Parts: sequence; C-alpha cells; structure tokens
Amino acid sequence: MVKDSAAFRHRFLPYLLVAPQVTITLVFFIWPAAQALYQSFLIEDAFGLSTEFVWFENFQFLLSDPGYLHSFKVTMVFASCTTFLSMGASLLLAVMADRVIRGAMIYKTFLIWPYAVAPAIAGVLWYFLFNPSIGILAYVIQSAGYDWNHYLQGSDAMILVIMAAAWKQISYNFLFFLAGLQSIPRSLLEAAAIDGASPFKRFWTVVFPLLSPTTFFLLVVNVVYAFFDTFGIIHATTSGGPAGATEILVYKVFNDGFIGLDLGGSAAQSVLLMFMVGIFTILQFRYVEKKVEY
Amino acid sequence: MVENRPILRFLSHLILILGVLCVFLPIWIAFVASTHAPHELLSAPIPWLPGDQFIQNYSEVLQEGVSGSDSISVAKMLFNSMIMALSIAIGKISISILAAYAIVYFQFPFRMTVFWIVFMTLMLPVEVRIVPTFSVIASLGLLNSYAGLSIPLIASATATFLFRQFFMTIPKELVEAAKMDRAGPLKFFRDILLPLSRTNLAALFVILFTYGWNQYLWPLLVTSDESYATIVVSIQKMMTAAESEPQWHLIMATSVLAMIPPVLVVIFMQKAFVKGLVDTEK
Repeated sequence: MVKDSAAFRHRFLPYLLVAPQVTITLVFFIWPAAQALYQSFLIEDAFGLSTEFVWFENFQFLLSDPGYLHSFKVTMVFASCTTFLSMGASLLLAVMADRVIRGAMIYKTFLIWPYAVAPAIAGVLWYFLFNPSIGILAYVIQSAGYDWNHYLQGSDAMILVIMAAAWKQISYNFLFFLAGLQSIPRSLLEAAAIDGASPFKRFWTVVFPLLSPTTFFLLVVNVVYAFFDTFGIIHATTSGGPAGATEILVYKVFNDGFIGLDLGGSAAQSVLLMFMVGIFTILQFRYVEKKVEY
Repeated sequence: MVENRPILRFLSHLILILGVLCVFLPIWIAFVASTHAPHELLSAPIPWLPGDQFIQNYSEVLQEGVSGSDSISVAKMLFNSMIMALSIAIGKISISILAAYAIVYFQFPFRMTVFWIVFMTLMLPVEVRIVPTFSVIASLGLLNSYAGLSIPLIASATATFLFRQFFMTIPKELVEAAKMDRAGPLKFFRDILLPLSRTNLAALFVILFTYGWNQYLWPLLVTSDESYATIVVSIQKMMTAAESEPQWHLIMATSVLAMIPPVLVVIFMQKAFVKGLVDTEK
C-alpha cells in the first residue's frame, strides 16, 4: 500500500469503492459459511418441526460413520492418483518442451487446450472413450482380455474419473512447470554439462531440486483441485457409484444435503471441508512467503 | 540447448508428439462421433474418421435440442452460458479493480478488515457450503434468474489480489504528479490506472471467462427452470436420458459446441493468458 503522501483522502469514496465486493462477500460467502457452522451444531427432527442444539454430536457421528470415512478414503485415493498422474505427465512434457527449439509454440498451443474444457465435459469425453459397448479405450482394453465395465466395477469407475481429472489439469501443470524450467539459469546446466553430467543426471541433480518450489506449489493446487473442483466430473459420469466407489467428499456433501436433506450432517461436512480448504490455503501462502525470501 | 544430441532431440519430439496425441484423443473422438449417423455408433469399434452428418447433427442440436432437455435448443443454452460467463468475468473484474484501488490508494478506517474479508473468500469455495448458500439465494428470490446464476460468483479474492499487487508496482510519483495537476481520485483511476492495467485486464478476462463458462455445481442448483439451463450442465441431463436411448452423436455435438467458446478465447489470447495465469497464482 502506498505511503501517506501518495494516498488520496476522501470521506466516503473508499467505502463506496469496496462496497460491491464486501457486500457480495458478506451475503454470499461469510453469511452462508456462518450458517453452516451454526447448523452443524443442530439436529433437526424428522419433520423439521423442532431443532435441538447438540454441540459436537454431528461431528462425532460423522467421524465414526463408516460411509463418511469411506468417502474420505476414496477422496484421498482419487486426489493422490490424479495429482501424481497429472503432474508426472506434465513434468515429462514440460522438460521435453524446454529442450526443443523448433515447434515449441505449436506443442504449447495444443497442450493448453484442456484448460478451457469444463471438468464436467472432460468427464463426458472420457466416459465416452471408456463406454463398455462403444468406447475406443474400452474396446482396446477388452481386446487385451480385461472385461472393462465401469458401471459395475468400482476400480474401473475410479480409473475413469482419475483419467478425466488428470487430463483436465495437464495444461495448468504444464504451463507452470515450463515457466519454472525456463527460469533456471542456463549457466548452471552448462557447468554441469562441462563436468560431464548426462542430461538424465543433470535433471535429477540440478533441475529437479531447483524446480521444487514450483512442484510444491503445484502439489497444493492439484490436491485442492482434486478435492473441490472435480464435482462436475463425478456428477456427470459415475454419480459417485458404483456402490459409492467414486463418492468423493464434495459429492457426498451435495448428495446428503440436497438429495438426502440431512441438514445438520451436511453442515458438519461443510465445516470439515472449510477446515481443509483453510489448511491448503495456508500451505499455499507459506509457499508464496518462502519464495519472496529467495 | 546445452549440447547437441540428435537422438535425444528426436526422442523429445517423439514424446511431445505422443503427448499431444494423447491429450487430443478425447477431443478428436468427440468430434468424430458428432459427425456420424446414430447407427454407426451402436457397436465397437466406432469410426476413426469424421463422417458426413456434420451439418445434419449440428443443426439438429442447435435448433431442436436433445431429448432429456428437449424443451430448449442448444443455441439457447449457448446463449445462457454466454450471459453467465460474461457477467461473471466482467462483474469479477469490475468489483475487484475498484476494491483493490480503494485498498491501495486510500487510507481509511477498517481498510485491513476489508482486506481480510476479501481474503476469507479464498477459503470458502461454493462446493463446501452448498446448502446454506442455496437458502440465501432462495430467500432473495434469485432462483432461476441470470442474476442468481452470476452475482454470487463474482466476489473474487484472486482478482483483487492481482490488481493490488499490480497497483503496488506503480511508482508513487505518478500519484503525486497527478495530485499536483489537481486530478481527483476518480480521474486518476480512469485516465492513468485503467490504461496501465490493460494487459492484466485481458489476462484476467480469459481466466475468468473460462471459469464462468465452465461452472457446474452452481447452475445445477440455481436453475431448475430449463429455460435458464447452461450448456455444460445440460449435457449431464442428456446423458441420463441417453441410458435408455443412446444419442451419442448429438451429445458429442453438444459437447463440442460447449468447448468452442472458452477454447477460442484461450487460444486467441494465449499470450496474455499464459502470463496472467502464472502471475495470478504468485
């Protein structure tokens, strides 16, 4: 923020300027969040006639509910596989794109395409590829002797949503890895090359360690993405099934709150999720602070 | 490059080409499927090359829609999506640039409070507070309206922080000079700050337009009335109907149509977009 001498003084203008942002934030963000917090301490009877204040009972119930713990486990598997797959593939592509001189721009143009595709549509595209009766990938897998059917097999459905989620995120990771790679000083790589380090060795001893801030940042972003932005993929393809095999936490909040109408339980889930986002946000900002110190 | 190794260079290109092909596969297959007659998509393997039903399929969805959402045409859904995406992008940019301007260039009580309130939005994505936000919208009577679709999504911490960061790099001599020339705060904003922010505005527009267009959960909750359905949400409804009677050619045509606007925006504004994306997250 600017020093005194440069700041404007005005009695009501600054309030007018921040009013729209603050109003929308208070009405549509803070107030609902407070509501969720409040409701998470309540239990409503079956007819919605009376509510009872129950302190942490909703949370206790949730944390001992096998369904919720299962959903948590599913989310962890989904998030870690998506993150690993997407970051691995994009790192490989970014390292290659950083090596080539000719055509780099063309590769980049093609690789940023999935960024613009909605998660739900990414889900539908992969759903079509894996469709047991007409999907091309399902056809290839079935020719190899495996009976692919994501309508019945939980693990198949999980692979489907992971592929769709990882595919969608490749562009983002690729762009950040490429930017990270391009900011590594050439002189370091040249020095390593003169010392006789092979490209492969250079990557693991020089490039990868120097890339670690980017990697850490992307790790957080990808986990957040897999936790919270993949609702569309799940809803448009497997709807959490078969038998809850792909029911990630965000989908469960939606399902319990909107379809099951369990307000207290859903609110408690919301509060736990907010807590998780809070942790991720803090992690992300720690990264920013560290980077400033460099 | 550090040294010249032809084999390695060949390998790099090979991996990149394979990567691009893998990344492109789903889109290509969707396009191919959207150009065939329905009977060709009944059993595996489906064709690899486009068929001759392109005009037929696309004009059918654009004019009539698909069963499962047959009350409105895909053209109308595209229109709804466009309104939502533009309102979100323009709305977010406008309110964020104003808030950032106030936070950076004015001294006023509660400035830090405002800053933290805005910061809080980062921790509260719609996905985690679905039910109470829905109740707020319902009690304000905003269900099934364009306002309900876009207004709750236009608060933005990221955009505010980006503008704040950018304003702080502008030398303060500029403000002092403007004040010396008797420029008021609004004139300074309009004639100096806005023109300087052009690049950031363009980059943010790409990111936020894509964000708005691709919204899923929110439109799903807010629009029970079909005439407000956005295209991204409608595809799921077509799929559910498709369980009984597969209309893959039409579903894929709709998917391709739903991808085109954000993809075009990203590709044509690629340079601003890439720079903006990498900057925003810092």
